[in-house]
Amino acid sequence: MSLTDYDEPLPGRQVALVDLLDRLLSGGVVIAGDIVLSIADIDLVRISLRALIVSVRSETASGTAQDGAGHDR
Amino acid sequence: MSTGREPLTYVYAVARRTDRLAVLLAGLRGIDRAPVTLLTEASDSSPAPLAFVTSHVPHEAFNESALRAHFEDLEWLESVARAHHEVVQAVAAEQTVLPLRMATVYQDDDRARQALGEQRSTFARRMAAVDAHTEYGVKIYLPPPAPAEPPAGAPAAEADPAAPTASPGKAYLQRRRVQHRARERTYEQAQRAAATLDAIAARYAVGRVRHAPQSGALTGPQENVLNDAYLVPDEEARDFRAAVAQAAGDFPEIRIEITGPWAPYSFAMPPAESSAPTEGERAP
Repeated sequence: MSLTDYDEPLPGRQVALVDLLDRLLSGGVVIAGDIVLSIADIDLVRISLRALIVSVRSETASGTAQDGAGHDR
Repeated sequence: MSTGREPLTYVYAVARRTDRLAVLLAGLRGIDRAPVTLLTEASDSSPAPLAFVTSHVPHEAFNESALRAHFEDLEWLESVARAHHEVVQAVAAEQTVLPLRMATVYQDDDRARQALGEQRSTFARRMAAVDAHTEYGVKIYLPPPAPAEPPAGAPAAEADPAAPTASPGKAYLQRRRVQHRARERTYEQAQRAAATLDAIAARYAVGRVRHAPQSGALTGPQENVLNDAYLVPDEEARDFRAAVAQAAGDFPEIRIEITGPWAPYSFAMPPAESSAPTEGERAP
């Protein structure tokens, strides 16, 4: 139960970034621009970005709320 | 050095140029608060010609190497993603829109116009396919598994005070069994929920795209096991949403979340050419 409280962090005044990135980075019309990150690159970017999201989040969590660490043992 | 370079042309979406849209866009700002404009191609003489929804972006931030670096910068990415989305949303509120993938950039307006001309028939076909349809996201989350160990400091006997004779080992195994059964029930519900969603999709949606389940702390300890996008005809949207809400109530051990309405991001490409996500069947 406490885990659930811990993780309702983004009450939706905006769409969740992660839902938006699903659509903006893997959806949308793909046409060759003059400046092109290839699809393969985007996928790589996406993976490293996911890692970034994880690290950013865990930093904020441990930085702001001691009691937030429900899954530490 | 590069500060003197001409700005680049960022393309948000394809739309049809109408007077109403032009008025609406006049009050809108895009990335870096730049004015948003419609580019059309001279040879398109239809009354509502296809247009790129664009704005100018600084060359320093959007040339290839800068872009590559920026894509690692979550804050930058979020601000561009939200600006992109806001423009797309504003157009979607007014008419059919075909969002472009994030960071489609041309050297200048002429190059963008040229690209528009080359793809005109493809765009027209996709616009027709998503016209009067809306995208919704539906996700299934499993709750985090209950912890395997008894709470720290709690005596093992506390689990079953009526049977003080049970050995700690036995009590532990029993706990594991209960826990295992609860997990099985959760999985079973998730499977039935997915089947129910399939049926809802078959009834109301004309397209489905499976995005990769979301991982990472943004989704929390709840495990995201399904991350679908559905393309729903506008006249079915209410019933579709009601059916999903009903399913959410029918499977209390898991969480079903609906997002949207979205512009048809996940359906902007025809199924065959769709890249990363796997696209499901499109009913006629």
